[in-house]
Amino acid sequence: MKVESPKQALENVVDQRLTDTNAVSSSSALRRYFSIYTTLWRNSIVREMSFKMNFILWIFVELLWFALQLAFMVVIYQHTNRIATWTKWEVVMLLGASHLIQQIFSAIFLTNIVQLSEFIRTGKLDFMLLLPVNTRFLISFRQVDLGGFVNAASAIAVMIYAGRQLHLSPSAAQVMGFVLLAASSVLVHYSLMLIVASTSFWTVRAQGIVWGYYNLFNIARLPDAAFRGFFKVFFTLVLPMLLVANVPVKLLAQKLSSPLEMLLLLCLSLVCFAVSEGVWRFSLRRYTSASS
Amino acid sequence: MKKYWHVINIGLQNTLVYRVNFLFRSVFGLIPLMATIYLWRAIYAGKQSDDVAGYTLAGMTSYYLLVTLVDMLTAVNEDDWQIAGEIREGNLNQFLLKPIDYLTYRLCLFGAGRLIYTVVALGPVLIFILVQRKFFVLPPDAATFGLFVLSVGMTALLQFFMSYTMALLAFWVLEVSTFIFILFAFEYIAGGHLFPLDILPPVLAKILYFTPFPYQLFFPVGIYLGRVRGDELWQGLAIQAAWVIGFYLLGRFVWSRGVRKYTAFGG
Repeated sequence: MKVESPKQALENVVDQRLTDTNAVSSSSALRRYFSIYTTLWRNSIVREMSFKMNFILWIFVELLWFALQLAFMVVIYQHTNRIATWTKWEVVMLLGASHLIQQIFSAIFLTNIVQLSEFIRTGKLDFMLLLPVNTRFLISFRQVDLGGFVNAASAIAVMIYAGRQLHLSPSAAQVMGFVLLAASSVLVHYSLMLIVASTSFWTVRAQGIVWGYYNLFNIARLPDAAFRGFFKVFFTLVLPMLLVANVPVKLLAQKLSSPLEMLLLLCLSLVCFAVSEGVWRFSLRRYTSASS
Repeated sequence: MKKYWHVINIGLQNTLVYRVNFLFRSVFGLIPLMATIYLWRAIYAGKQSDDVAGYTLAGMTSYYLLVTLVDMLTAVNEDDWQIAGEIREGNLNQFLLKPIDYLTYRLCLFGAGRLIYTVVALGPVLIFILVQRKFFVLPPDAATFGLFVLSVGMTALLQFFMSYTMALLAFWVLEVSTFIFILFAFEYIAGGHLFPLDILPPVLAKILYFTPFPYQLFFPVGIYLGRVRGDELWQGLAIQAAWVIGFYLLGRFVWSRGVRKYTAFGG
């Protein structure tokens, strides 16, 4: 057997992992990944339940912050009837939708992506490269944060309440559309945050940047019509924060100026995903492990 | 006293390591600020008059710019996490064995940290204010500005003593981060981060003025903008001073109780 240098060995493993991706498309592979994900879920539930008090307290913290955002808008609407074209209950619905998207994102991806820089710094990524699964799958889905789903439920409750106040009765097609658009919004956040986290392959302390991205969620919950100029263009086309919660809500509240807005969100989410895959592959080749 | 100068010196050098991190943080922090300013502009544009609860658009913009400035000067950054960590991991031992007062030691580190953060963040923040200069108002007179500075100083102390006391909960519970976040949430809304407290219904605002939260941020900004005046001003300064002393004493008390519980875990 040929003797490899450690660096060569690592490069070979990375190459193998990157080519493995193609295998995901076949249906038996899909089934395999599904069963892996089920196991990861089970592990997460066991972990959460061993710290029950902490689990409940975190849900409370998130609820408190959500209530705070709502209070902010309620106070603002004491002094005005509209923000640009948006009325009070439309904005409440927007807050609900952006909270829903953020919580689903947090439940599935957030902890995993934040941990990536730690895995790179300590060289723990070695172990994941050695496992016979797609590495991106593993670093994206390793843990599930169940509290996120509980908080997502509170967001849905607020949305339904706001919808009643607006006398909306969305059709099944609208609801399906909302789910699809919200899912692509989660995909946008996931892809962008993975791109940001990939800088960990270059700088040691990328965690700060990852949390910096988290700041952008603050923009996603504001009504798009309030913004103008460069800010609006940048946060619509480059970092589509003004699309992610706004477009799904506009579909429900029948505020869309044209169906093209939905198309734009769908396309941009796919673009973000494709770019993130490119960046991920490019970055992974830079990985040199920690100890060698 | 000399030993604490050494502590400050060490603190300065330690935080200098994070200067790039601080720069990122302050620049990223400007994005939500910009968004909030846009939001208010849209609100004013939709109204007939240039007035929301006595604030003009320039006054409102200045409010958020000043909040950013005061926050930069006084916000507790990672001190509370570090204190809790030192208790949890048993690193407190070295301080108990030395002739050093932990609260003073921590206060020195906090001061050093704020100094470096301000130096790094001042650049981006000043550029931002310069861009918004049309909407930036100056204080009514020099005396007001003096009281503003005094109040900012007390705000920094209050921020520190509150966080210090909160972090000492680590003597009793394993995981203090949830408690820190809950306190932070109250501070965020009742301290005036989200909106100026005097646009609230007057009764609610009056009640809030007796809690410590407005004095963590809103009060000095209110002084600067001339929103707090006359008797209200002196009364407010007195309440602020009372909260500072109160939390200082509470911190001392909790420490003395906590140290008795301390098990020097891990050594």
